[in-house]
Amino acid sequence: MKLTDYRLAKQAPDEMFLAPGQVHEHCQALYEWLQAQPADRLTQKRAEADLAFRRVGITFAVYGDDAGTERLIPFDMIPRVISAAEWARLETGLKQRVRALNHFLHDVYHDHEIIHAGVIPAAQVFGNAQYRPEMQGIALPGRVYCHVAGIDIVRAAAPDGGAPQFYVLEDNLRVPSGVSYMLENRKVMMRLFPDAFAGINVAPVAHYPDRLLENLRASAPAGIDSPTIVVMTPGMYNSAYFEHAFLAQQMGVELVEGQDLFVDDETVYMRTTRGRRRVDVIYRRVDDDYLDPLAFRPESTLGVPGLLSAYRAGRVSLANAIGTGIADDKSIYPYVPEMIRFYLGEEPVLQNVPTYQCRDPESLAYVLANLASLVVKEVHGAGGYGMLIGPTSTRDEIEQFAQRLRATPAAYIAQPTLALSTSPTYVESGVAPRHIDLRPYVLCGREISVVPGGLTRVALREGSLVVNSSQGGGTKDTWVLQEALPKER
Amino acid sequence: MLSRTADHLFWMARYIERAENTARILDVNVQRSLLPQPLATIEAGWLGTLEMFELMPAFEKQHGSASSDAVLQFMIRDRTNPSSIVSCIYAARENARAVRGSLTTEVFETHNLTWLEIQRLLDERLPERDPGQFFDWVKFRSHLSRGVTIGTMLRDEALHFTRLGTFLERADNTARLLDVRFHGSRTAALSTARDDYYHWAAVLRSCSAFEIYRKAYSDVITPERVAELLILRSDMPRSLCASIDEVCTNLDLVGDERARETRRQAGLLRAELKYGRIEDILEGGLHAWLTVFLARVAALGLRIANDFLLPIEADLQVQSQ
Repeated sequence: MKLTDYRLAKQAPDEMFLAPGQVHEHCQALYEWLQAQPADRLTQKRAEADLAFRRVGITFAVYGDDAGTERLIPFDMIPRVISAAEWARLETGLKQRVRALNHFLHDVYHDHEIIHAGVIPAAQVFGNAQYRPEMQGIALPGRVYCHVAGIDIVRAAAPDGGAPQFYVLEDNLRVPSGVSYMLENRKVMMRLFPDAFAGINVAPVAHYPDRLLENLRASAPAGIDSPTIVVMTPGMYNSAYFEHAFLAQQMGVELVEGQDLFVDDETVYMRTTRGRRRVDVIYRRVDDDYLDPLAFRPESTLGVPGLLSAYRAGRVSLANAIGTGIADDKSIYPYVPEMIRFYLGEEPVLQNVPTYQCRDPESLAYVLANLASLVVKEVHGAGGYGMLIGPTSTRDEIEQFAQRLRATPAAYIAQPTLALSTSPTYVESGVAPRHIDLRPYVLCGREISVVPGGLTRVALREGSLVVNSSQGGGTKDTWVLQEALPKER
Repeated sequence: MLSRTADHLFWMARYIERAENTARILDVNVQRSLLPQPLATIEAGWLGTLEMFELMPAFEKQHGSASSDAVLQFMIRDRTNPSSIVSCIYAARENARAVRGSLTTEVFETHNLTWLEIQRLLDERLPERDPGQFFDWVKFRSHLSRGVTIGTMLRDEALHFTRLGTFLERADNTARLLDVRFHGSRTAALSTARDDYYHWAAVLRSCSAFEIYRKAYSDVITPERVAELLILRSDMPRSLCASIDEVCTNLDLVGDERARETRRQAGLLRAELKYGRIEDILEGGLHAWLTVFLARVAALGLRIANDFLLPIEADLQVQSQ
């Protein structure tokens, strides 16, 4: 596979090449290995990878398609590489950010210090649909709210023309998904290309389920030494079902649906072949709204009636906690750097993307005047739906979007269109640059930890900036390099 | 283990076993339809098969005459027919997918691959080109899933409920297979001694029992002995006696006080098969006896569901437990 005729994208920084023909130092080993691979070997391996994913059944359901339609998320075999030094900085920044967000959640549901101090307007918090008054004053074990956080990171040229740097695009503190791809991508890569790993020090990620289990055990209600833990899924037609089953299996705990659980005397039980069995910790992959039909959406059949009361009584732990959405909402996002300063007294290591809040009339005017160069997102949107990417939209699309924006400005934020970094990606015509992002998974327990790696998503269509799997995105293995180990003592 | 998990395991096993036995039953009929005979006889044979599957109304809605092609297409590749082979394999795989955390990776991948493969085989029109080869493929996928289950799963409840599903389904299916003759006998007047031989030989082959018959009896094939072999012989792995014996064994492994009556009913059935005589069974007519047997197996299935799995009727009652 020759990368010699690889042509860099205009403007966007590339993860492997500093300039045409000039490889980043930390990518040199991978570059040489790729160069040495015969093209037909990669083609054959690609077919093997496809088969491996299908056989394991790592498929996802696409909403809107026929029920049960399953697709593979395209897997790109060329890994994305992060140097040890860059990772060290990312790791510090991620831990700092999640620590602050967790502080914020505790504060929002207890003393409201950050609001009294005037850092965040009260209306932004208490008027937000993501705020859960039911959580006010509830003490959680270890004060942990976001046991698992997925922080979306992009690398892009600085808007002022400075050197490319990492930006936090958004925080995912509700039920972030995708970690199974991080693990399975690595497994498949190691099976297909053991020789590549032999020569390059790639930090392992396979201990993630172990860390998660440890954190879930630690989050059990006080006084329970050997908690019964379950993973709760909306069911097998959920797009992330594979991941739910995978994590349950890897941790050796039951995978339950709402119908398997019931609450009696503020205690949660599961129905087993030998009668009821108490449940202490629920790693739930069901949104707040559907958790308990008595407390939230009454029509929900995915939840467990009475779960909230058991939770409030401290008889069961939920991971993540109820109400974490208030901290990852796009209208709260612009305040995260301030949170870090307020709670930790530190300067943020990772930057936010400059954000215009359209509810502010001045910002709205600016956004309307500059739609063609901005990205506009729904405050409560996710999955790449309902957004406008100015530079790639037609005049009509922009005009239609402007009407929606004028009608409900508070529902939108806008950001400059970032030239997301590209990574060499296997495409029909050979290898070409495609835009990527990164979602590392931050685990919050007694300590905050990050497994060295994450899910790299890649926008497979040329020029596209949307990496979501629902919009034609693929994934790559993410290689965090370790400092070379000393060869001999 | 979760009741819902046990339920999925039970049905996963039942569906793959059903796919296998459906292939076996269709195979008998394809073979029989190849003998020189009037078209009406062939059609009667197929109608008998459909009756045995209790699928006449569904079939008639879609098709006119019961030609070999129409019945095979309905029973093999029709996704609207929940008993077709492709539907059974899909259901087995979906049940496996729902509890993949409770299965070994190999068990799940076997069911998943069976589902992926059958889609390819149907696209390639294997059942039309070579039905025998297709039926063999189904049988071997079922053998494989059973083997992988026994060879890799922990000897715990998950395995016992899976096995329970296999043998309850097998008891049902073997009984139906034996009954084919009687459903098809609307035109029994046309049958001759030669037809008889070919019918019973085909039944034996479909249970992989032709060689066993010869070995056990060293004699010509008679309906009485075929019935004895497939109903009462405990050493014949697809017989009713052997199947019910396994049902009892696995029930005892998972059963507790709550399942006492279920175990009693199953034990009673086992005793009747173990100590029964073929003359007594045939006295009142094989068809009548098989009809009662099928009803008892169905009742057993209902009891198992209510004791351990997702209750079939008492859904509301569970909400308040």
